[in-house]
Amino acid sequence: MKKSLIGALAVSTILSPLAAMAQTEVQFWHAFTGRLGELVAAQVEEFNASQSDYVVVQSHKGNYSETLNAGIAAFRASEQPHILMVFEVGTATMMSAKGATKPVFEVMAESGATFDPDAYIGAVKGYYTTTDGDMLSLPFNSSTPVLWVNRNAFEAAGVDPDTDLSTWQNVGETLDALKAGGSECPLVTAWQSWIHLENFSAYHDVPFASQDNGFAGLDTELQLNGEAQVAHLTAMGEWAQDGKFIYTGRRNEGGANFRAGECALFTESSAGYAGIKAEAEFDFDVRPLPYWEGVGSGPQNTIIGGASLWVMEGHEAEEYKGVGEFLAFLSSSDIQAQWHQDTGYLPITAEAGDATRAAGFYDENPGTDIAVIQMTANEPTANSKGLRLGSFDQIRGIIDEELEAIWAGDKSAQEAMDSAKERGDALLRRFETANR
Amino acid sequence: MEKRVTFRGWLLPLLLIAPQVIISAVFFFYPAGQAIWQSLFIPDPFGLSMQYVGLGNFEFLLSDPFYRASFVTTAIFSILVTLCSMIPALFLAVLADRLIKGSGVYRTLLIWPYAVAPAVAGVLWLFMFNTRVGVVSWYLGQLGYDWNHVLNGGEAMGLVVVASAWGRISYNFLFFFAALQAVPKSVIEAAAIDGARFWRRFWTIVLPLLSPTTFFLLVVNIVYAFFETFGVIHTITAGGPQQTTTILVYKVFSDGFVGQDLGSSSAQSVILLIVVGLLTVVQFKFIEKRVHY
Repeated sequence: MKKSLIGALAVSTILSPLAAMAQTEVQFWHAFTGRLGELVAAQVEEFNASQSDYVVVQSHKGNYSETLNAGIAAFRASEQPHILMVFEVGTATMMSAKGATKPVFEVMAESGATFDPDAYIGAVKGYYTTTDGDMLSLPFNSSTPVLWVNRNAFEAAGVDPDTDLSTWQNVGETLDALKAGGSECPLVTAWQSWIHLENFSAYHDVPFASQDNGFAGLDTELQLNGEAQVAHLTAMGEWAQDGKFIYTGRRNEGGANFRAGECALFTESSAGYAGIKAEAEFDFDVRPLPYWEGVGSGPQNTIIGGASLWVMEGHEAEEYKGVGEFLAFLSSSDIQAQWHQDTGYLPITAEAGDATRAAGFYDENPGTDIAVIQMTANEPTANSKGLRLGSFDQIRGIIDEELEAIWAGDKSAQEAMDSAKERGDALLRRFETANR
Repeated sequence: MEKRVTFRGWLLPLLLIAPQVIISAVFFFYPAGQAIWQSLFIPDPFGLSMQYVGLGNFEFLLSDPFYRASFVTTAIFSILVTLCSMIPALFLAVLADRLIKGSGVYRTLLIWPYAVAPAVAGVLWLFMFNTRVGVVSWYLGQLGYDWNHVLNGGEAMGLVVVASAWGRISYNFLFFFAALQAVPKSVIEAAAIDGARFWRRFWTIVLPLLSPTTFFLLVVNIVYAFFETFGVIHTITAGGPQQTTTILVYKVFSDGFVGQDLGSSSAQSVILLIVVGLLTVVQFKFIEKRVHY
């Protein structure tokens, strides 16, 4: 990748020596490795080749948390990049950092690049937009959890792979059948807090935190110890005790088990698509995330995870023009449609979604539109717009710990979630104090 | 009467101690002062503003049962790491000391693990015990033991202790080996002639003569277990499950550099400063008395 970047630089230098002299550099820090890293590098290269005024330099800075921390540390040392990728969990932290970030709508207005806030899909944009409708960061990669099915594992256990898995009630029965049929790993998950608490709450239209999940103010308190959440986690805890739900770790460690064909069911982001398609040597299906029948009024909508691009304060106007051009390039329909089809991330503009459909991609790859449908099925309620909580990375750490206590059988779901609420609220109060 | 050297005037003595004082001031007093100052505030991550909270950070910490439990965790972890790195090292050194031929090769081979950085050592051990692809966990599975340090706190603690102690065995081995070589052969031979067998000679002559080295290693290893193991913990367990492997220093690191809560992190540094100060006093007051130089 580095070589090709140097190659691209060399070519552009030979072709237009004068223009190359005047090229403005734009630093872009991101958190992608592997296939996703290659795809980002390709996007950047395409942008650099498409014009001669700016050069975007992309660098990988570790996982999501590490990238955010690298950006914060760099800002404190006055060496911040122009564009920083921040995962959705860090959104509240970035929003409160007035003076460290430059809102995207401002960057776009000043740079004069093409920018139409209405072109972005509401459910995606809402996460990164103020209550006044100003877009603060550019949605980049957004996904939502779905259920992945290993059809071969179903057949091996003597279970019909076309079983209805739309409700957790059905999933529970299927897990029994899979276990009875000899499956060693009926169900595995990635991102347990995101899928089984945050999305679970939105999907069943119950609050995760007060004050509209933090959208309405900093004085928010966790409400994840509600009846619906506890009932779900109790069921999951029982499945874990019976060896029907296998716990592998806090991030997406379970993906390795699923891609290796060991597990029958996998709750994971729709963006697991790139990896599963590349590695899985079995037939797989994508299904909507299951819901509990009888809890709330049927499935609401799921919320996004992923990251957005924040523009950092403290650079030259000329450089911000380059940033604007690059962000406009990323939002363009062709780039977005390609990104959506390659990765399984949601298209961030409606146009890109339409282009994908028109190109027949969904017909050729059944199930790839499930994430889009699931997100946009219903008008979001106050409980399903998203989450905006301070210190959320740390709070997720607490939730992970408490969930592990449930899986290990050390605590009941109610005890664990009461404790998570108490500990998480203490951090929310600290965040409120810090940003008073 | 004690013999004292006195300087005429102030300039020369001040000049002579200046380098030490300046280095201590720049690299110790200034950062320690900063930590104490910052522990009174809750700053935002970007350093744009701070809120004065007095002793609020300490109150927040000490009312957290997980933080209080972390003291016990740290004590258990440090004792285990120290024992697990010193006892095998002494054993290996005694064996090497009895070797006549080839001790050079043996010694060199034993030093290798010390060259491995703690974080890398952590990853190596993690691979062996990985619940999915680990060699050791696979063999344990064959024996009917279901290894899962992701959920089992005891197993997680065992793993971080072994991974932390492993590289230190080499370091301790070197010191023990050198000290053993310095034990006068004449004393041992005299004891042997008097009829003392190996174990008796070891307990009554060798071990007491090793005590300065043992004391030095004890101090160094405890300091290591306290301050240099967070790389291992970060790569293997990240403090989990349920904070059973969160030692005090790891919490300073994770709250400050992962959680961006610099106020709490500073307050923890101050508490740690006090703990380490007390520990040093205890070590030199009580244990050093039993050391024969």
